[in-house]
Amino acid sequence: MIEHLVPRILAKLLIPFILLFGLYVQFHGDFGPGGGFQAGVIFAAGIILYALIYGLDQARGVITPGFVSILVALGLLIYAGVGVATLLLGGEFLNYGVLDSHDPVHGQHLGILIIEFGVGTTVAAVMITIFYQFAGRLQITRELESDDPDDTPDTPVPDAQSSDAQASDAQASDAQERR
Amino acid sequence: MSTATHAGFSLLANLPALQVVVPMVAAPICTFLRFRNGPWAFALLVSAAVFWIAVTLLQQVLTHGVISYEMGGWAPPIGIEYRIDEINAFVLLIVSGISLVALPYALRSVEREVPQDKHHLFYAAWLLCLCGMLGITITGDAFNIFVFLEISSLSTYMLIASGRDPRALTAAFQYLVLGTLGATFILIGVGLLYIMTGTLNIIDLADRLGPVSDTTSVRAAAAFLIVGIALKFALFPAHFWLPNGYAYSPSAVAVFLSATATKVSVYVLLRFEFTVFGGIEAFDDLHFARLLLPFAIAAFLVGSIAAIFQTDLKRLLAWSSIAQIGYMALGIGLGTPDGLTAGIVHMFNHALTKGALFMAAGAMFLSIGSTRITNLAGVGKTMPFTTLAFVLAGFSLIGVPTTSGFISKWYLVLAALQHGNAGYFLAGLVLFSSILAVIYIWRIVEVAYFREPAGGAVVKEAPLSMLLPLWALTLGCYFFGLETHYSVDIARQAAESLLGIAR
Repeated sequence: MIEHLVPRILAKLLIPFILLFGLYVQFHGDFGPGGGFQAGVIFAAGIILYALIYGLDQARGVITPGFVSILVALGLLIYAGVGVATLLLGGEFLNYGVLDSHDPVHGQHLGILIIEFGVGTTVAAVMITIFYQFAGRLQITRELESDDPDDTPDTPVPDAQSSDAQASDAQASDAQERR
Repeated sequence: MSTATHAGFSLLANLPALQVVVPMVAAPICTFLRFRNGPWAFALLVSAAVFWIAVTLLQQVLTHGVISYEMGGWAPPIGIEYRIDEINAFVLLIVSGISLVALPYALRSVEREVPQDKHHLFYAAWLLCLCGMLGITITGDAFNIFVFLEISSLSTYMLIASGRDPRALTAAFQYLVLGTLGATFILIGVGLLYIMTGTLNIIDLADRLGPVSDTTSVRAAAAFLIVGIALKFALFPAHFWLPNGYAYSPSAVAVFLSATATKVSVYVLLRFEFTVFGGIEAFDDLHFARLLLPFAIAAFLVGSIAAIFQTDLKRLLAWSSIAQIGYMALGIGLGTPDGLTAGIVHMFNHALTKGALFMAAGAMFLSIGSTRITNLAGVGKTMPFTTLAFVLAGFSLIGVPTTSGFISKWYLVLAALQHGNAGYFLAGLVLFSSILAVIYIWRIVEVAYFREPAGGAVVKEAPLSMLLPLWALTLGCYFFGLETHYSVDIARQAAESLLGIAR
């Protein structure tokens, strides 16, 4: 695959830094601007960029949908788990102060760090899931269309009618949705 | 490992948090259970635990008074407070109880109506929905109500759409649009109140609203809140999402939602109308509650008349629900202790009655494959136990004496009669609407008992796992029709505490 060489190389360079920036926003969130929501979205954006450039199948191979769906639940469990831990340690639900037996402030730091990690995990996983779902849907639609003998993409389309062809494509995919 | 200020884990002290946290933690765990019937068994177990918590909380409230729980150890009004008094303890009991009864019923219904590979997600959504409704009910924080409302709404859309019927998708989408509109209105209302008072805690709101109450912002907030909540509980004319939502969702979902979702929204209305706006003098001459009356009357008349003309049993029951919501709104609209008692007790009685009726309809759907009324011919002979339960619960819907439906209507009529000539008119309308209920229940009885079954496929009686919950709710209708100590007394206490705060 030689096409789109420039985006491919650029994405290769950028994606590690996007993921790293996501982790920075995640874990620096209690000292600077940031937190789980923003970090989750940034992290997911890295994965989505990868999927856009290298194709959905490739991305699904790297981060499988099954794994993502586990992460969705896991993030919520991390959040709620901290709450349950504080309950068991004798505090109220999500009273992080009890997490450290010596200094409540340390406990609060620890608590907010862990629950934000839970938030980040779920947000990233949900963003990726939504992308997989929508992109996967387009793929299914395209496969169905290319199976259709009347609609072979090989037939040359005059330029003047290309916009009409697009419109009819859109209609076809609409019809697919309805089915 | 405990600090000086916190003396170890106490189950009893943390019950208010656990009421919401248990289903919330259970939902993600449920998505990991992929083996057959695993998610169902787990959801049932969680539901039983949640019901036990609700019963214990109600007992505590009745003996020791209001319970306040500080989330995260932050004192109200800064932190989120979970505040349980008679009214929300009662609603918690209804919601968790219905979930516990509906889950055994759900096993066979969901097996048939939801694809096997989606079961873990279905029950996770069920638990999230339960978590959301319990959260709305238990919290004493206006913004927290909105958050839990979104949790329960989003999972409700998923539950409705989870069936095999493709029409369920449009029904869920319709509800999504209207539900989001309602939630947005509620958020705008809460936002306006926050701008005017700087607080989100409901008790604190009620205290601080006094000086700023005679402003356009607060009036607009009240209007946004009432319209938003009315959308959520499908008060006429904001009822369009309800018939399709209940008719095309899987039967177990219809049972669960019809018996709980609208009740929780009615509770939110009570909370805002009486606890927050109740004490405001500027609203006194507006006769705030009475604004509901015309809509309530229209709801039970239109609902009952529309129910008569339905061709599908589930849709018929859904339209009847719109009518019953009208009765609750009528009780609330009267604004007197008796009216409120009637409205609150009808929340409970209608949950039992409509739960039983939707269960019977779902059992018929399982055996016959359709709930079109013409296809139900002779069902009284082929499914005698299900049909008998349907008829008995139908009596409760009509309000025949000895049923719980009679108790609600009795108090409703009593409350109406205190209002002079207008009261006689209202009572007459309630009785007229009950006669309409006789007509639509009779339509089913006629088809079920006096028509010959269409030959062909052999129709079997519903399985025991559906009959037991069905009969439990049906007998419940009669138990609470004869023994009103629990339902009416708690409702009266709840009504008095709501109006007591207003005074």
